[in-house]
Amino acid sequence: MAEIVFAAAAGLAVLGLLLSAVRFARGPWAIDRTVALDVMTIIATSLIVAFAVFSGRRIYVDVGMVYGLVGFAGVVAIARYLEGGL
Amino acid sequence: MNEIVGAFVSLAGSLFFLLSAVGLLRMPDAFNRMQAGTKATTLGSILFLLGIGIMKPDWLGRMVILIVFIVLTNPVSSNALARAAHAHRKRIGARLEPDALAAEDGGKEAGHAG
Amino acid sequence: MRTVKQRILSFLGLWGVWLLLTAPWNSEEAAAGAVVALLVAALPFSRASPLGDLKLGPRALATLVAYFFVFTKALVLSNLDVAFRVLHPRLPIAPGIVKVKTRLKTPLGRLLLANSITLTPGTITVEMRGEDVFVHWIKVADADPEGATAAIVGGFEKYLEVICG
Repeated sequence: MAEIVFAAAAGLAVLGLLLSAVRFARGPWAIDRTVALDVMTIIATSLIVAFAVFSGRRIYVDVGMVYGLVGFAGVVAIARYLEGGL
Repeated sequence: MNEIVGAFVSLAGSLFFLLSAVGLLRMPDAFNRMQAGTKATTLGSILFLLGIGIMKPDWLGRMVILIVFIVLTNPVSSNALARAAHAHRKRIGARLEPDALAAEDGGKEAGHAG
Repeated sequence: MRTVKQRILSFLGLWGVWLLLTAPWNSEEAAAGAVVALLVAALPFSRASPLGDLKLGPRALATLVAYFFVFTKALVLSNLDVAFRVLHPRLPIAPGIVKVKTRLKTPLGRLLLANSITLTPGTITVEMRGEDVFVHWIKVADADPEGATAAIVGGFEKYLEVICG
C-alpha cells in the first residue's frame, strides 16, 4: 500500500517535471526558460531522493543534495548573466 | 503505519510540484511564472522530503538539511531571476502597474539581448 | 574581526549540520565532528559571520520559535493562494512592483525578511536598496508605500526585529 502511494507521488512529480519541460522548450524568452529550469532543478532533486528510496541505497540522498547545490549555483549564475552583471 | 503516513505526505508534496508546473504553463509572463514556480516548489519539496523522512526515520537528518537548504536558497534564486526579468521587462512584455522600481531608475533597461 | 559570540554560533551551526548528516549517532563520529567544527570556528577569518547578528536572550529565542510558526502558516497560505490563482479559469492577477520600507539593519535580518516576503502570499522580492525593498505583487491591493509596507512587511518585521534587529 505505502509503496503504491509513494510510487504515485513520484509519478506525479515526474509529470510536473515533464510539464515544466514544456515551458522550458516553449520559452519564449531566456528568462522563462531559466524559471522553468529552476523549477525542474528542485523537482529533480526530490526525485533523486525518491530514487534513493526505491533503490534502498542512502548514497543517492547525498547525490540529491549535491545536485541541489549545483543546480542552485547554475540558476543564479544564469540569472546574473541575463541581468548583465556576471 | 509510518510508511503509509509518509507516503501520503509525499503525495501531497508532489501535488504542489504539479501545481507549480501548471502555473508555469498558464501564467502570462516571467514574473508571474516565478510566483507559481517558487512558492509551490518550496512547499512541494518540503512535504515530499518530509514524507520520505517519515517513511525512513534513519534519513530524517539528511532530509532536514535538504529542506533547510531549499527554504534558504529557493527564494534567493527567484530573487536573482526577478532582477534579471526586471532588467528586460519591456522585451519580455511584462505588465507591471505600478512599477515603482522603474520609476526609481528613471525607466532605464538593460541593453543586451535577453 | 569575529567576536567570541560569532565563533560560538558558527561552531554550533557547523556541528549541528554534521550531527544531522551522520544521523544514527555514535560518540566517536560526534566527537570528531566537534573537533573539526571547533577548528573551523577558530580560523582567523576577518569577515564577520552573518550568524553573529542573532540575539541570544530568552525573549529572542521564544520569538524565533514563534516566527517559525508564523512563517509556516504564511507558506501554506501562499501556496493555497497560488493554487487558487493558477486553477481559477480567468487567472485573477493584476501584477505590479511596489516599494516598501524596512526598519531592519543587519544583513541576516534583511536576508530573512527578503526570503519571507518571497514565500508569502503573492509577493516576490525584486530588489533591496538601502531601506527600500521593491516587491513584485501578483495582485496590487495598495500602491501607496505606507499601505503596502503594512500589508507585506508588517507581519514579519516585528518578529525579526526582536530576533536579529
